[in-house]
Amino acid sequence: MKVKVLFFASLREQLGKSMEEVDVPKNVATVAALRDHLRSRGAVYQKIFSGKNLVRAAVNQEMVQAGATIKAGDEVAFFPPVTGG
Amino acid sequence: MKVSVQREDFDISLETSLFYKDKSVGAVASFVGAVREVPMTLEHYPGMTEKALGKITREAMSRWQVIDCTVIHRIGALKVGDPIVLVAVASSHRGDAFAACEFIMDYLKTRAPFWKKEAAGWVEARATDDAAAARWKKTARSARGHRRRAARRSTARST
Repeated sequence: MKVKVLFFASLREQLGKSMEEVDVPKNVATVAALRDHLRSRGAVYQKIFSGKNLVRAAVNQEMVQAGATIKAGDEVAFFPPVTGG
Repeated sequence: MKVSVQREDFDISLETSLFYKDKSVGAVASFVGAVREVPMTLEHYPGMTEKALGKITREAMSRWQVIDCTVIHRIGALKVGDPIVLVAVASSHRGDAFAACEFIMDYLKTRAPFWKKEAAGWVEARATDDAAAARWKKTARSARGHRRRAARRSTARST
């Protein structure tokens, strides 16, 4: 299934892109599984999703926990803890 | 209710003057966060930002007696002294106005997708902001306590 993945702030900079369409295997059904799947794609992903970095996620523009489910066509965003205000 | 994410500056007196058209408005509390020490650039998540601010604002309006409120957050390059954010709340009485205004700011700081970048790098989130937001966890007792404390407070804190 295909999901749209967005990256913001330091994650966007490290990856050198703000968005990509990712075709994930069917067993990738949660945000945590998507994160692991991305991690398998290379060193930069491993770096941004390493334990040292706090990474937050949103599915379809709602902040979620890592266990949240994802489905085809979803917009999943990864970003550092927010610092507005 | 007004929520805006914009590059342009805002006029606090113009924004709050709109509240007084409602005759039941007797209290307006406002907070302005400004750039201090070093310039910065603000990035956000278009679409989600507006949704998150709308949700936070609606929650404030459901928790306190709020007649109207305005939240404006700027994005892009900002210099020292530039206003970043305005939260203004109109109510009949000050207790609700103060409490709702502080609640919106505390939730905005932890739930609205904005990121600040300075020349030295991305600004890191602070645990004190999480703690400030956690104070508003919904229990009847804590909500009353906040309202009482808010009523005693005469000025809003700065960031």
